[in-house]
Amino acid sequence: MSDIQSPLPGTFYHKPSPEEPPFKAPGDAVAIGDQIGLIEVMKTFIAVNAEVAGTFKGYSVEDATPVTAGAVLAELD
Amino acid sequence: MTLEIIKPGLATTIQDLGRPGYFHLGIPEGGAMDRLAFRAANMLVGNDEGAAGLEAVFMGPEIKFGTEMSVAVTGAEMPMMLDGEPRETWTSFTVKPGQVLSFGFLKTGARIYIAVSGGIDTPPALGSRSTYPIGALGGFEGRAIAAGDVIPVGNGSVMAEGRVVPDALRRRPGSPAELRVLTGLYWHRLTEKSQKAFFDDDWVVAPEADRMGYRFRGGQPMEFVDRPQPFGAGSDPSNIVDGCYSYGSIQVPGGLEPIVLHRDAVSGGGYFTLGAVISADMDLIGQLQPNTPVKFKRVEMDEALAARKQRKTMIEDIRQALA
Repeated sequence: MSDIQSPLPGTFYHKPSPEEPPFKAPGDAVAIGDQIGLIEVMKTFIAVNAEVAGTFKGYSVEDATPVTAGAVLAELD
Repeated sequence: MTLEIIKPGLATTIQDLGRPGYFHLGIPEGGAMDRLAFRAANMLVGNDEGAAGLEAVFMGPEIKFGTEMSVAVTGAEMPMMLDGEPRETWTSFTVKPGQVLSFGFLKTGARIYIAVSGGIDTPPALGSRSTYPIGALGGFEGRAIAAGDVIPVGNGSVMAEGRVVPDALRRRPGSPAELRVLTGLYWHRLTEKSQKAFFDDDWVVAPEADRMGYRFRGGQPMEFVDRPQPFGAGSDPSNIVDGCYSYGSIQVPGGLEPIVLHRDAVSGGGYFTLGAVISADMDLIGQLQPNTPVKFKRVEMDEALAARKQRKTMIEDIRQALA
């Protein structure tokens, strides 16, 4: 089991755009480098990628939530 | 002598103390946003205070050193490792050729300054090495650094390790951060109610805040004194006939979200400016993360000048502590 942490402060999004489904759903396989979300800061969207592989357990914070650097965004099994 | 960029961080740029003198032509002053921290980093490694270094925001870069040199990192608190071994911020240390500096998650503040002995030696543009990315001016090819860049470093002597800026001389914003404001030319455009609300309301840093301007939200929408809009001003009551903007000036497009113009700001335009953050507090803005609570505090000119003097004394005290 491992956590995916936010690399920087900003607003965290589960989805690539409001109309689309989240990047990952519980039970999805996660490979190293897979995108699990977006952080918006300074008018830029930064991809959050998994640095370890596993099975997606769920997002730890709501969609469109302000987060700090190091905040746990999602958990993997 | 070089720095090799392994990971660039978010928007890491080469900065110095800027290029004053071209603002009337629309070219911003540029330079480090937290100038006290920037000067301190250079002092720690024995450089001139205006030698070029790196400004990294929210995320640290990963850097491989080409030669032995002194390094110091000031500004925000961000854990730092040299070849995996922890190193302290606001403290000089020596690196050997091939060693790699990396960073952990940002704790407090927003921007770190990385100084290396000899300073970064990219070609100056209009008298400065500061990067102005929108104008593709200065820095490394006019842009933020990228993975694989090899950045030239000037000749410098390696200083003693463990030179430290005393904790009392590391200036940081409080919580809420207090930004002192002098009201300005267009203050009369706001109703008395909105004038009062600007200073009474609780604001937070908006995620859009960057080197051009720091945006704040959370306060009440502002109301303007009724007037027929003058010829040449737009129809929105927050519009004026174009005027000059100063470093630190506060514009409020649509009366909604105040924006404090910072080092890479535009020099003029058609928004009213209600006043300006005093020069002594501009360093603090450079250390604000998104969603940080902020209060604006009204001051008069005598207090602004006293604060400027106090900040200068603090910089002089750092010089003395490291002499």
